[in-house]
Amino acid sequence: MAHREQLRLNAESDTTTLEKRAAHVSERAKWMRKRLLGMIVDAGQGHPGGDLSATDIIASLYFDILRIDPAVPRAADRDRFVMSKGHCTGALYSALAGADFFPEDELATYLKPLSRLNGHPNRTYLPGVETNTGPLGHGFPIAVGIAVAGQIDNADYRVFALTGDGELQEGSMWEAAMFAGHRGLGNLTVIVDRNRLQQGAGTEETNGLEPLADKWRAFGWDVVELDGHNVPALLAAFDDAVAPRTKPRCIIANTIKGKGVSFMQNQAGWHHGVPSAEQYAQALAELSA
Amino acid sequence: MSAVAVSSGMFDCRDAYVRTVQELAEADPRIVAVVNDSVGSSKLGKFRERFPDRLINVGIAEQNMVSVSAGLANGGKIPFVSGAGCFLTARAMEQIKVDCAYSHANVKLCGISSGVAYGELGATHHSIEDVAWLRAVDKLTIIVPADPWQTAEAIKAAAAHDGPVFIKISRMPVPELAREGAEFVIGKAETLREGDDLAIIANGTLVHRALAAAEALADDGIAARVVNMATVSPIDEAAIAAAAATGAIVTAEEGLARGGLGGAIAEYCARHDPVRMRMIGFPGFAPTGSADWLMEHFGLSATGIAGAARELLGLKAAG
Repeated sequence: MAHREQLRLNAESDTTTLEKRAAHVSERAKWMRKRLLGMIVDAGQGHPGGDLSATDIIASLYFDILRIDPAVPRAADRDRFVMSKGHCTGALYSALAGADFFPEDELATYLKPLSRLNGHPNRTYLPGVETNTGPLGHGFPIAVGIAVAGQIDNADYRVFALTGDGELQEGSMWEAAMFAGHRGLGNLTVIVDRNRLQQGAGTEETNGLEPLADKWRAFGWDVVELDGHNVPALLAAFDDAVAPRTKPRCIIANTIKGKGVSFMQNQAGWHHGVPSAEQYAQALAELSA
Repeated sequence: MSAVAVSSGMFDCRDAYVRTVQELAEADPRIVAVVNDSVGSSKLGKFRERFPDRLINVGIAEQNMVSVSAGLANGGKIPFVSGAGCFLTARAMEQIKVDCAYSHANVKLCGISSGVAYGELGATHHSIEDVAWLRAVDKLTIIVPADPWQTAEAIKAAAAHDGPVFIKISRMPVPELAREGAEFVIGKAETLREGDDLAIIANGTLVHRALAAAEALADDGIAARVVNMATVSPIDEAAIAAAAATGAIVTAEEGLARGGLGGAIAEYCARHDPVRMRMIGFPGFAPTGSADWLMEHFGLSATGIAGAARELLGLKAAG
């Protein structure tokens, strides 16, 4: 898989290499942020807040960590990335296009009639999507099932799932967390996009998640907490997640909803929302700075 | 074509189910079983002994059971999910819709002890709504086999089919139907008895009752066609059209009398061949009673089917 190797610049973790890898990912993340905002502006709808909080995590995976080949999107030994927070398709689609799963031009069809780029990802017609998500509490349990299949087969693929933090209010997430801990799924990594905001308000005012790390540990998981916009930290954590493990791993990525665009940052109101022309220009200027 | 005979012995279709899954598993390492602490009620004890690594018990967590199965399918497995029909379908409805059907995951959902098999345990444990609500899910194959042979064939067909399948498996004893040279094809009904006066379309545990009803009607000179509509989705429209040509249809199913098999046939008839119908099934939440008592009480019996047929023929004669 030549392309894999191309996407994954170097797995070595010496500082210089990590810096180079991080620089590459950060450049792609910057591109994703601008691209996904453009998609939302063109479409007249979207979820910019959650897209922007997840961008660095998704960029780290697609442009460095994942062993995937867009020419063979269903290769049996591919690493799996499951987008449990399925509403954040601005981030997912820009990454998939950036990783060559479909032409970048197609991003212009986002949310348009008959586009393959539905508001929520659909594996039956869009290459690179592992499962159809959208309703919260589905993707992560499916990722657990993929990891069980890998465990049974002693396969060397890794499974990554990205969940929202508000999504952890769904009971099905804890059914899956309990089972993954019970099975000791060392091939599984879940990343919690801990931006602390859900659609209507803060997670802690709505139905508090804390102490979140303790909850995961109590369910049999290794837990790492980090800054979800610190790309070297993300890459180091993902490298470590790849090492042989006997427990599933939860990365609580502390993030900022709307990261990178000053007027969107930490504003629940930008869960949904479309920037005006003026706001869009300002956002692009900030992201290009 | 003469009528199909039925065996004198009675069988629990779960035995044919587990035997077939185990046979398939011997030949195909992709086959796994997934349960919600339902190893005993699904009779999968021997499977677990034979394939300890391929029996995945998620515990009492039906949503997770279905999502994990969709994930297993993503990982190249062919999961047979076994759980009491009531919990598998109702509790995990969105997982069946999104993770299996909408995602086109290769998951086989087996609703065990469905219908009113749990008798006195009441409506919480009855699975009489299953076909009605699953029929609303696009791209989900639904099979309600009538006897051990058809259960085994349905399991084999499901394993060979690329996509999600729901199989409603009863534990109420049924006889084996004596077919010769029959084959089971998803989406194809089988005509078990020819007749021009009316048609009885049944599936599952009602098929042998429908044959007995036709026998009783024959004593009165009434020729009833009996059709086993084991596949509800996709439904065999040609078989419905042939049944509608008799001018009267009685449907019978171990389920709600709306939205299920009868509803599917009524929808077809309303569009193409309007015909008088009677739909035999449960009117709603069942009162306390054993499974056998409930079946008799609500006319899910040879007598009940024959009575509905006579009533319908009276209406047909009156124009």
